[in-house]
Amino acid sequence: MAKGVWIVAEQRDGALRKVSFELASAARKLADQLGEEVGAVLCGSGVEAMAAELAKYGVDKVYVADNAALEPYTTDAHATAVAKIVKENDPAILFLGASAQGKDLSASLVGKLATGMATDCTDVKIADGKLCAIRPMYAGKCFGEIVIDAFPQMASLRPNVFPIVECAKAGAVVKFDAGLGEAKTKVAEVLKEAAGKIDVAEANVIVSGGRGMKGPEGYAILEELAGLLGAAVGASRAAVDAGWRPQADQVGQTGKVVSPNLYIACGISGAIQHLAGMSSSKYIVAINKDAEAPIFARADYGIVDDLFKVVPALTQEVKKLLA
Amino acid sequence: MNIVACVKQVPDTEAQIKVKGDGSGIEEGGIKWVMNPYDEFGVEEALKLKEKFGGEVTIVSMGPARTMETIRTALAMGAEKGIQIDDPALYNADAYATAEALAAAIKGVPYDIIFCGQRSIDDDSAQVGSILAEILGIPQVTFATKLEIDGTAVKATRPIEGAAVVVATSLPCVITATKGLNEPRYASLPGIMKAKKKPVDIKKAADLGVSGASKSKVAKFTPPPARPPGKILCADDTPEGKAAELAKLLREEAKVI
Repeated sequence: MAKGVWIVAEQRDGALRKVSFELASAARKLADQLGEEVGAVLCGSGVEAMAAELAKYGVDKVYVADNAALEPYTTDAHATAVAKIVKENDPAILFLGASAQGKDLSASLVGKLATGMATDCTDVKIADGKLCAIRPMYAGKCFGEIVIDAFPQMASLRPNVFPIVECAKAGAVVKFDAGLGEAKTKVAEVLKEAAGKIDVAEANVIVSGGRGMKGPEGYAILEELAGLLGAAVGASRAAVDAGWRPQADQVGQTGKVVSPNLYIACGISGAIQHLAGMSSSKYIVAINKDAEAPIFARADYGIVDDLFKVVPALTQEVKKLLA
Repeated sequence: MNIVACVKQVPDTEAQIKVKGDGSGIEEGGIKWVMNPYDEFGVEEALKLKEKFGGEVTIVSMGPARTMETIRTALAMGAEKGIQIDDPALYNADAYATAEALAAAIKGVPYDIIFCGQRSIDDDSAQVGSILAEILGIPQVTFATKLEIDGTAVKATRPIEGAAVVVATSLPCVITATKGLNEPRYASLPGIMKAKKKPVDIKKAADLGVSGASKSKVAKFTPPPARPPGKILCADDTPEGKAAELAKLLREEAKVI
């Protein structure tokens, strides 16, 4: 009988990613309801010391595969390692982060484990002893409650949504052999972006600009505000298609679906596909000249005015607050 | 080169989605159906490879009768032939059952490379391409924004948070396409005329030897949680006054800065 709530911890460049602690905390909560243990799979090279950090957030056992071939991340090596230890231990539930790496790894695992998964969940609970995973579909135009009739019941959890809760447990390390065969894929090169750039998918605050920014140079005022707030700068499809901003920054149904604490939409009218991608943000601010823009219907706070005057003024106000 | 591109017909990005009263699904009336935008990047890349290396592009799609329209669109863009998997047993298929059916259909055609969209914009699962690769036992690169092929050597670039990784692998493989890979072409009028005569094979689950059984299901669809009505800030009519009011609310009421 499948038992236990497991996570796949995500690490990069020698440090656990924040989503790993979110996963551990979510897993702990469900495991307590089921009266079961939390297990974490940790793959990489020289990663054993990270196990103690996972223990702080409620992990009872950390299954560590330490192997040079697991660094840097590749789909086939990590999926092979995780599938092996999961098959040996038969957990009931398996969580991964819906990050770039987690989405890639989790989908491959669904194939290897022949099971079902709810992608990019915003809530998970136990109903009748089984996992019930809540997730946005159609980029958030509706939600689905997913149940899985196979083990492990898998879910990838949207980063930044699940609270991190400290709960010290043993975090006993169990080493395992990754069982790697010949590598089918390898990383040829890593192209780093400018240091300090925050990805919209991971940001707590997003300052986003649309067609109303009038051109790429208009984003300078958003960059300044974002810098103060520790925010990422996002963009609408119109701005990306016009070549003003990189594709990686696009928020919406054909870009990234985000849920930051604060989303400041500047010069974005609010096309349905954009609204779908950001409506689950905790607080939404809209700054737009057009009082009729659909974005105002989703905004907690709206300012109908010229963004080129409001944004610099807001930057000054934030400077005062943070001083 | 034998190339397969998997496509799905989905509601247009501007479509409003209404949940059925009993939560069993979405209302399909009035929806405009289009090719999943991420699959368009896959079809375009398939056509570019064919133009460079020669060969054939086969379109594989699963869905009800209306799906034929999307297959014809891909054929009009320049693909040679199509396979439509149409069986009521598969209409609510999850990612695993979908990949199983696609894999069974693809096993019947020669392939060197298979394209899928990184996700379909309806159920947003982002799983099918990866499961397909696992079932076929071939490597995969997901979320590709750039692809280079030299002989059987494959290099694909995929963005990760704050960086991009160039992954090296070899044919045959599955590539899932994302925005940035290319600019999909429009079907030309002669292309549309020619597409009408191109062959499309229609398969049932039994033809493919799959049961259609899903591992997961959507037990209930719900509308998104309603957002409380917002405030338009106008205590002071100047941009500076509105900005000050906003900063105060974000600090004291929302507590987010």
